Amino acid sequence: MSAAREYAMGDAKVIPIESARTGGAAQPPSRDREAAAQPDADRSTADRSTADRSVPGREGADRTRPGTRPPAQGRDARRARGPVRPPAAGPEDDRRAAHRRLPPLSALPQGPLPGPAAAGAAGAAAVGEAVGGAADRAGAAAERIADAVGHALAGPLGGAAERLLGRGWERRAANGLAFLRRRITGDYEVDEFGFDRELTEEVFLSLLRPLAEKYFRVEVRGIENIPAEGGVLIVANHSGVVPLDALMTHVAVHDHHPARRHLRMLAADLVFVLPGVNELARKAGHTLACNEDAQRLLERGEVVGVWPEGFKGIGKPFSERYKLQRFGRGGFVASALRAQVPIVPCSIVGAEETYPMIGNARTLARLLGLPYVPLTPTFPWLGPLGAVPLPTKWTIQFGEPIATDVHPPEAADDPMLVFDLTDEVRETIQHTLYRLLVQRRSVFF
Amino acid sequence: MGKVVLVTGVARHLGARFVREIRREPDVDLVVGVDVQPSPYGLEQAPPEGSGGRVADYVFARADIRRPAVARIIAEHSVDTVVHLNVTATPLGSGGRGTVKETNVIGTMQLLGACQKAPTVQRLVVKSTTSVYGSAPRDPAVFTEQMQPRALPSGGFAKDACEVEGYVRGFSRRRPDVAVCVLRFANIVGPAADTPLNEYFSLPVLPTVLGYDPRMQFVHEDDAVEVLRLAALEPRRGTTNSGTFNVAGEGVLLLSQCARRLARPTVPLLLPAISWVAGLIRQTRVADFSPEQIRLLTHGRVVDVRHLHETFGYTPVRSTAEAFADFAAAAAAGLLPTERLAAATDRLAGMLPPAGRTPAAAGRTTEGGPAGAGPAESGTWELDLR
Repeated sequence: MSAAREYAMGDAKVIPIESARTGGAAQPPSRDREAAAQPDADRSTADRSTADRSVPGREGADRTRPGTRPPAQGRDARRARGPVRPPAAGPEDDRRAAHRRLPPLSALPQGPLPGPAAAGAAGAAAVGEAVGGAADRAGAAAERIADAVGHALAGPLGGAAERLLGRGWERRAANGLAFLRRRITGDYEVDEFGFDRELTEEVFLSLLRPLAEKYFRVEVRGIENIPAEGGVLIVANHSGVVPLDALMTHVAVHDHHPARRHLRMLAADLVFVLPGVNELARKAGHTLACNEDAQRLLERGEVVGVWPEGFKGIGKPFSERYKLQRFGRGGFVASALRAQVPIVPCSIVGAEETYPMIGNARTLARLLGLPYVPLTPTFPWLGPLGAVPLPTKWTIQFGEPIATDVHPPEAADDPMLVFDLTDEVRETIQHTLYRLLVQRRSVFF
Repeated sequence: MGKVVLVTGVARHLGARFVREIRREPDVDLVVGVDVQPSPYGLEQAPPEGSGGRVADYVFARADIRRPAVARIIAEHSVDTVVHLNVTATPLGSGGRGTVKETNVIGTMQLLGACQKAPTVQRLVVKSTTSVYGSAPRDPAVFTEQMQPRALPSGGFAKDACEVEGYVRGFSRRRPDVAVCVLRFANIVGPAADTPLNEYFSLPVLPTVLGYDPRMQFVHEDDAVEVLRLAALEPRRGTTNSGTFNVAGEGVLLLSQCARRLARPTVPLLLPAISWVAGLIRQTRVADFSPEQIRLLTHGRVVDVRHLHETFGYTPVRSTAEAFADFAAAAAAGLLPTERLAAATDRLAGMLPPAGRTPAAAGRTTEGGPAGAGPAESGTWELDLR
């Protein structure tokens, strides 16, 4: 805490360059631990942490503002910092610049190739030094820019920023900086499933929210059926070729639920095989749809979302829209029974028409190892433009919870009961879908 | 008469530390160290410094556990506790994968055979690894001791460990009077641990697999030694120390997080490319970078440690993050100037005018400014302006 606070307190002239360098990466800075420890959904925590931070900020601003030209101070500091650069940096400027442009590892093989272990290590070390020099310069540059920007904002640009970004931009900027700092230093936490709460809230949900609110205009009903705490299993219908319905449900649960709970989804194994997708899915809190994971999440008291139709539902032709497919083998019911959590049926209307699937390129799908390759009126005929979903109007209805704690946990091994409950959930969702469809004025409004 | 503990693999860091620790136990009389070469950590010398009280005697027996000689050693000292730590991923000194596999598998078979013949043996502790669970995208996110991976590891150290555990299970069936404890350690880290993952994290630039950010779990070597010590002694009241236990620190770190905490840059490579780079690293002996390690660095692995906490009765002192922090503190400084970048963001945050008081002046827009500070920074600013 203290070291970080020092940086923040010091004005532009006392820059602890030396300590920054010698300290190296030894001790991970612990600033904003509280914020990282409980990055709660409610904004109040964030507000509190900003309030903390704005105290040193006020000092700095007071010192720089009256009359003097703050940027000049920044320039002084820059000049003073000049000689602190590593002496080795001088002669090989070009080479270091080259290293900076190249991805560092492309340089690595040059070292190790000719000789045995020693040469390899030496080569790596040499590359290390070169990259280190560049990194130092990058660090210095970042500091200089931070200085300049900070002074500009504190001085002449503050008014412009306020006019442009609205009131409270300082707080948001400070939040953003704190977020950035934690990202740079790796000072954030993930749970055992790899769920990165902060990244999900700050980035994923922020990106999805406009889609939910402005594009699909999702109307959420029955959010009170999700309890404020404790495990609950949300079972929903799946549709629309791309699992947008699952993502929108995540936004709906998080934004509309008073406790700002996160929906932990059980995803198909295909998601975890694909590079890139699996990384994002894990960070957004999804996990593999298997009994072990489902039960573990439910026992931890999470809101778990499952789409038991799977690929049968999401990849069904447009002619079969809103006709629920078979609900797997009822594994989700068994998990809920074992964990003794309620099941909340969820009906999603509007996702079916985002990509009306009128055909399936089976051969191509088999070639690519995908369950289906959709053909819609626009895709693939219009290229990337055809991949834009239609702006349908969505309704997400959470139904009355179905209690499972009236049965003992061992009932999970009773196939008849499991099938009965599965059917009950399925019927509830199907009937709710029909009701919502009757009420719907139009697909798009 | 006190216990006689036989420890295999004392020429390695973990074995040597364990010997030092177990010698301080009051009810241990003699510790017999077995390995193909004497420990470079000076176990033969005078009692460990600062121990104050009495320490148990230590005898080093040079023997290759692949040969039946180990039976003679057990009989000679009437050993009652066998701690088998010589199940490792890397060769000791020179020697290839073949030697490692033989030591792991044949060595364990010989040792277990010798134990079965020795009526004095009452307790067996075997070091295993969580890599018996493999690393695959289609497996559950968190492994408990009862879970079987969908596909058994096809080769490498993980397969050795699977086979070793198989032999140990067979042994415990044949000698039900012996208390058997199998400890599945997550990756052991520490300032001086000599594990392949430590070598990987010591690379100046960390090659990673493009599109994957695996979840990792670590256990600090202090905790590993402590768990071994508890397993080698009589169980404390209310706990059991026979059975199979996952040993890992609480919590999870992503590989990207590890890299950032070490301030090391990562280079994401496609899977085929990383196999090539791994071969290169292996050949130059900079680090051991085996195919199974690549799988670990692709899909990651997390185990459940409830059983260790509740049944075994030990909660590691250091969580995964703390264990890694201890390792990072001892590691050489990384190449990324994360400290300075973080300091820059702090200063910028400190210079922001307090909310509600802004001087009236006009100028450039704010987006123009921070955009120069690097792609990450500009990205976050734009995000923040939502």
